[in-house]
Amino acid sequence: MITSVLGVLFDGFAYGMLLFLLSVGLSVTLGMMNFVNLAHCTFAMIGGYVSVTLMNGAGWPFLATLPIAFLAAAAISVAFERTMFHRLYRASDLDQCLLTIGVVFVSVAVTAYLYGTSQQPVSLPNYLRGSLHVAGLTLGVYRIFLIVFALAVTAALVWGLEFTRFGAQIRAAVDNQRMARGLGINVDAAFAIAFALGSGLAGLGGALAIDMVGLDPSFALAYLVYVLIVVAVGGLGSIGGSFAAAMLLGISDMAGKYYFPAIGSFLIYLVMISLLMWRPSGIFGRR
Amino acid sequence: MAVSSSALAGPHQYLQAQIRWRPIEIAFWLATLLPFVLTPNYLVLASQIAITALFALSLDLILGYAGIVSLGHAAFFGVGAYSAGLLSKWGWGEPLTGVIVAGLAAGLLGYLVSFIIARFRHLALIMITLGFGLLLVEAANSAGWLTGGADGLQGVHMWPLLGTFQFDLYGYTAYCYALIVLFLCFLLSRRLINSPFGLSLRGIRENIIRMRAIGAESRPHIRTIYTIAAVMAGIAGAILTQTTETVSLGSLDFQRSADILVMLILGGTGRLYGGLIGATIYLIARDQFSGINPQYWYFPIGILLILVVLFLPNGILGGLARLAETERGRRWLGPLTAPSWRGKFP
Repeated sequence: MITSVLGVLFDGFAYGMLLFLLSVGLSVTLGMMNFVNLAHCTFAMIGGYVSVTLMNGAGWPFLATLPIAFLAAAAISVAFERTMFHRLYRASDLDQCLLTIGVVFVSVAVTAYLYGTSQQPVSLPNYLRGSLHVAGLTLGVYRIFLIVFALAVTAALVWGLEFTRFGAQIRAAVDNQRMARGLGINVDAAFAIAFALGSGLAGLGGALAIDMVGLDPSFALAYLVYVLIVVAVGGLGSIGGSFAAAMLLGISDMAGKYYFPAIGSFLIYLVMISLLMWRPSGIFGRR
Repeated sequence: MAVSSSALAGPHQYLQAQIRWRPIEIAFWLATLLPFVLTPNYLVLASQIAITALFALSLDLILGYAGIVSLGHAAFFGVGAYSAGLLSKWGWGEPLTGVIVAGLAAGLLGYLVSFIIARFRHLALIMITLGFGLLLVEAANSAGWLTGGADGLQGVHMWPLLGTFQFDLYGYTAYCYALIVLFLCFLLSRRLINSPFGLSLRGIRENIIRMRAIGAESRPHIRTIYTIAAVMAGIAGAILTQTTETVSLGSLDFQRSADILVMLILGGTGRLYGGLIGATIYLIARDQFSGINPQYWYFPIGILLILVVLFLPNGILGGLARLAETERGRRWLGPLTAPSWRGKFP
C-alpha cells in the first residue's frame, strides 16, 4: 500500500515537473503583458517535433537535440511575437484568445500535413531506459532524469529571476508595467526576451514529454488545458505558484487515474473550478 | 440609418427606432425560405445551419451583449440534446414538449451556473467556463448507464410533429421546424436586446464598474441573460437530437464550444445576425470541404481566425458596417449591420 502510494507520488512528481516546464513561460508572459497566449503549447509541440526530426532524420542523440528544441521554439515564438502578437497587447481577452487559437489550429493542420497524425516514435539512449529498484520501489530512470533535469532548470530560472539585473526588470514589469516603464526599463524588449525564454522552456518540455505522454498533432490542444489550469491556479507571474500548481495537478492527475480511473479527469476539473472560485487570481496570485 | 443622431430625443425614441423592421431584415428572413425552392437536396444541411444559427444566437446574447466570454457554451447545447434524447428513449417522443423540457433542463442548469458566472471576469471566467464544459463532458462520459457514454445515446425515436408531419429523410420537416423555432427565438432576442434590459446589458459589456456606480446592479442582469441563453442553447440541442435521432458526446465537447465561438466571431458579435451569417458560411464551407482530412480543416479556419482578429475586428458584419459608413450603401446595409450604439446615442 505504502509503496503504491509512493510510486504514484513519484510518477505524479515527474509529471508535475513536466507540466511546470510547459507552463512556467506562459505564467510569466501572462503576468507581464496580460497576453492570453493559447498558442503556448504550439511552441512546446514545435520543440517536440524538432527533437524527433533530429533524432530520427539526422541520427542525433536524444540529449543533443534538447538545446536545439529550446532554441527552435524560442526563435519561432519571437517571430510570432514580433509579427502578430505584439499588435494585440491592448486588445481584449477574447481577441487574444481567438488569434492565438487560430495559430494553434494552423499549427495542428501543418504538423498533421508534414508528419501525419500518428504518434511519433522516440529512441532514448540505453542509459535513460529501464528502471531502478530502491527499497521495494520501481523508479523509471527516465523519470528520475526528468525530475533532476527540471529541478536544475527551475533552479537556474529562479536564480536568473531573483539575482540578475534582467530578472529584476522582469519582476518589476510583472508587478507594475507602467511604473517599470517610467523607471526607464525597456518593457517591450524585456517582454520579448521573456517570451522567447518561456517558449523555449515549453519547447524543451515538449521534447522531454514525448517519452512520457507521446507526441501527435493534437498535442497543442490537448495539453493547453493542463497548462492553463496550472497558470490559472498558480497565479499569474508567480514561479512558485506555477510550481505548486503543477505538482498539485501532476500528482492529483496521476492519483486520480490510478485510484479512480472512472472519474479521474472529472476530479481534476472539479478541483480547478473550486480553487478558482476560492481564489479567482490563483493560489499565489496578487490581483 | 434612417434616424440621425439629432433626431434622438431620449432612450425611448432610440429603442423605438431600433425595434422597427428594416427592408433588409425582411429580405434576409425571406431568403431563408429559398432552400425549399433552390436547393431541395440540401434541406438536411439547411436544418443543421438553422440549429447552429440558433446556438450561435444564444452565445451572442451573452458574449456580444453582456460581454461574458464562454468557452463552455456547448454544455447547455448538450444538456438540451441529452434531455430531449432521454425523454424520447423513455417513451415520450412528442417533439414540442420535448423541446420545452430540454429548454427547461438547460435553463435550470444555466440558472445555477449563472450564480458562479456573475461573480467573475477575465481569465478566471474563461477558465471556469472551460472547466465547467470539460467537467460535463467527463460526467456524461462516466455516466454510461444514462448517456450511453462514448457510443452515444441509442433508441431515440420521434413522433410526427404536431401529430401529422413525419420527420423525413430529405429534411423537409426538419428544416421547417428548425427555421420556425429559430425565427421565434430570434424575435424574442430582438425584443430583448432592444429593451431597457438590453441597454443595461450593453452598459455592462462596456463598463461594468460604471454601471454599478450609476446604480444598475449588474449581477442579476447577467444571471437573467445567462439563463435565457442557456434555455436557447438547450432548445437548439433538443432540435438537433429530434431531427437526427441520435445524441453523442460531440454535442457537449470543447470542439463544439470552440466552433460556435469561431462562427460567431466570423459573423460579428453583438449584432444578432452575426451568428446566423457566421454559422451559414462556416457550415456551407465545411460541407464543401468535407472530403478532406478533418485535421486539415483546421488550417483554413485558423487562417480565417487570425485574419478576422487582425483585420476585421468586428467580423464580417462589422466590416460591412464600416463599408456602409463610408459609402452611400449605408441606407441598405446600415440597418442589418449597425446595432452598435456607440456614437449614435448621446
